[in-house]
Amino acid sequence: MQVEKFYYDNKIVKAFGIATIVFGIVGMLAGLWAAIQIYYPAISLNIAPTTFGRLRPLHTNAIIFAFVGNSIFTGVYYSLQRLCKARMFSDKLSWIHFWGWQAIIAAAAITLLMGITTSKEYAELEWPIDIAITLVWVIFGINMFGTILKRRERHLYVAIWFYIATWVTVAMLHIVNSIAIPVSLTKSYSWYAGVQDALVQWWYGHNAVAFFLTTPILGLMYYFLPKAANRPVYSYRLSIIHFWALIFIYIWAGPHHLLYTSLPDWAQSLGTVFSIMLIAPSWGGMLNGLFTLRGAWDKVREEPVLKFMVVAITCYGMSTLEGPLLSLKNINAISHFTDWTIAHVHIGGLGWNGFMAFAMIYYLVPKMWNTELYSKKLATNHFWLGTIGIILYAVPMYWAGFEQASMWKQFTPEGQLKFQFLETVTNLIPMYVARSVGGLLYLIGVHMLVYNIYKTMAKGRFIAEEAAEAPALVKEKPHKEYWHRILERKPVTMLVLSLIVVSIGGLVQMIPTFLVKSNVPTIASVKPYTPLELQGRDIYIREGCYTCHSQMIRPFRDEVARYGEYSKAGEFVYDHPFQWGSKRTGPDLARIGGKYPDSWHYNHMYDPRSMSPGSLMPQYVWLLDDALDTSSTPAKIRAMQTLGVPYPEGYDQVANRDLMHQADSIAANLKKDKIETAPNAEIVALIAYLQRMGRDIKLEKKPIAENIK
Amino acid sequence: MSVIIILMIASISVAAIFLVAFLWGVKSGQFEDDFSPSSRILFEDKPASTKTV
Repeated sequence: MQVEKFYYDNKIVKAFGIATIVFGIVGMLAGLWAAIQIYYPAISLNIAPTTFGRLRPLHTNAIIFAFVGNSIFTGVYYSLQRLCKARMFSDKLSWIHFWGWQAIIAAAAITLLMGITTSKEYAELEWPIDIAITLVWVIFGINMFGTILKRRERHLYVAIWFYIATWVTVAMLHIVNSIAIPVSLTKSYSWYAGVQDALVQWWYGHNAVAFFLTTPILGLMYYFLPKAANRPVYSYRLSIIHFWALIFIYIWAGPHHLLYTSLPDWAQSLGTVFSIMLIAPSWGGMLNGLFTLRGAWDKVREEPVLKFMVVAITCYGMSTLEGPLLSLKNINAISHFTDWTIAHVHIGGLGWNGFMAFAMIYYLVPKMWNTELYSKKLATNHFWLGTIGIILYAVPMYWAGFEQASMWKQFTPEGQLKFQFLETVTNLIPMYVARSVGGLLYLIGVHMLVYNIYKTMAKGRFIAEEAAEAPALVKEKPHKEYWHRILERKPVTMLVLSLIVVSIGGLVQMIPTFLVKSNVPTIASVKPYTPLELQGRDIYIREGCYTCHSQMIRPFRDEVARYGEYSKAGEFVYDHPFQWGSKRTGPDLARIGGKYPDSWHYNHMYDPRSMSPGSLMPQYVWLLDDALDTSSTPAKIRAMQTLGVPYPEGYDQVANRDLMHQADSIAANLKKDKIETAPNAEIVALIAYLQRMGRDIKLEKKPIAENIK
Repeated sequence: MSVIIILMIASISVAAIFLVAFLWGVKSGQFEDDFSPSSRILFEDKPASTKTV
């Protein structure tokens, strides 16, 4: 057996590691800024790019794809080489992957702040960036599978299975959810509408959590935890079993994000059942991680890397128990649309993803710089500050969520709603302040990491090319010829075959969209948006209104009393994309149309506090001055026609005439209330949209449903 | 709700890929040894020379 000598590529690990830290800080700063805006709206600086509606998508995207994404690549590029006993397949692909991903992040930051967004949560990036993500992901895939193919270790360690599952599923999710029809380089409409769009989006959203924030990190846990503790994982068999159980169950749980919405009930129940089933494999992972440290808890006392991991794994276990509980309809009825969800995701984000990333960095840098960590004490302090930060973040948010939901649902003995919506929000301000302090502590902790890591790097010498040796993999002589053996000996054939299978799957997915007629119950009085309303809706999307306002009235007594008739699936058939939202920092807007005069909306956008004192909403002064770009109207109408919205043939040519007509009438209406505005101001379009919302159903001759009793 | 068909097909095709991978794993003996892989990753052979930059 010939022993081969080769070198591990540490440079690429270093690059991804530094990107992790940099974008972690950027993403957390965006989060902190957004968090402060909730109780101090003026910090939005009253300019468009830094309002909550644009910062929040920047925060989520930066944390998920830039911070956690880069941390995944850091860990994968380090561990995959060592587990396969092989250098990465191609240095060139590694660097294309690295720079491609960073370019995508930069493009994302710029476009999101400019208000270029699809408004689909965690998939806000517009279509050119979506295509770039697909290409870079494929390059990562080629590099990863290439490395696996030329490995010198026959057995695929469980971490590699987690990486493979991540790659396959994220590719599929990203493509299915991003299908859209482009209107211009910076604007597209989701292929799906209303309920269907919501289902696709939350199938994606849920599985993005599953296969971007969970499975790759579990893979990293299975590599870095045993390495840091210097003992094998508690049960290798359990790791295999829980891996396969996890990936087969996870993908069906998405509908639990849409409980009590207009999604068909059976789909909601399906989501709940699979969510409950998920407890078993998730806890399999958590227990396997924690039991790995059995008899080694003394090491945890000494070693900050292990401290971070223990809290990370505990947070993983807590949020994967909480998730299924939140999927129960009776709990979801309370938690949904409140800060409870925010608390839940931050246990996962700050605890599981953040602490695993920090643990990995504290482990990797001394290894790769061939030295000891500059200060274990400082790292331990970072650990404690971070942990206190998480608690100070999560506890007030749990409290806020529970309290607000309880206030929403209270009635007076006379049967009136006890609290105005605004009261339920202003009541939470102390909790919002505490939350931002928690976030600040966590961020200060990260700066301690930066200093510690910088000092460690300065102290050691970076090993760019780490020498290693291993015997080449001898081809096993098959005893019997099975079809899979043939495939196994020809890994490239297998890769090509699986790509063909995937693309057939893709085609099969596309065909029904063209052939199957939607069976969402239609409501005759629901009509497509007018051109002005459509433009107004795009402003609503651009400003990220969905980040604070839902458009989904659930069939509860309090919601019907507060907002009106509960939402029907048939009301959303022309909504490309849907705007149901997931959080009510502001009230639901599904039936805002006609509730207030045009002038109220005008003044409210200019200064929300002039209309509702104490409101947390930012000012949207630029909407009053900026002129609406009507040149895009024909293209938008044509795109909608392609998607099946029944505008008359050739309507794109005359749409702007109708648009100006409606704008003039709104401007005239405003003038009656002594407000002078140009009819082509953006605010006019937005008012048109707001005044349309939820009204169509009221034109129905007989009541849609009699089931509000 | 025709979109549910798309999601079903997408989910099932991914599940099918995983199933093939699982069967391959089982049949090629990937999971026969459930002890040594966990220990093996702890050993790293350090060759004599290491290039530093």
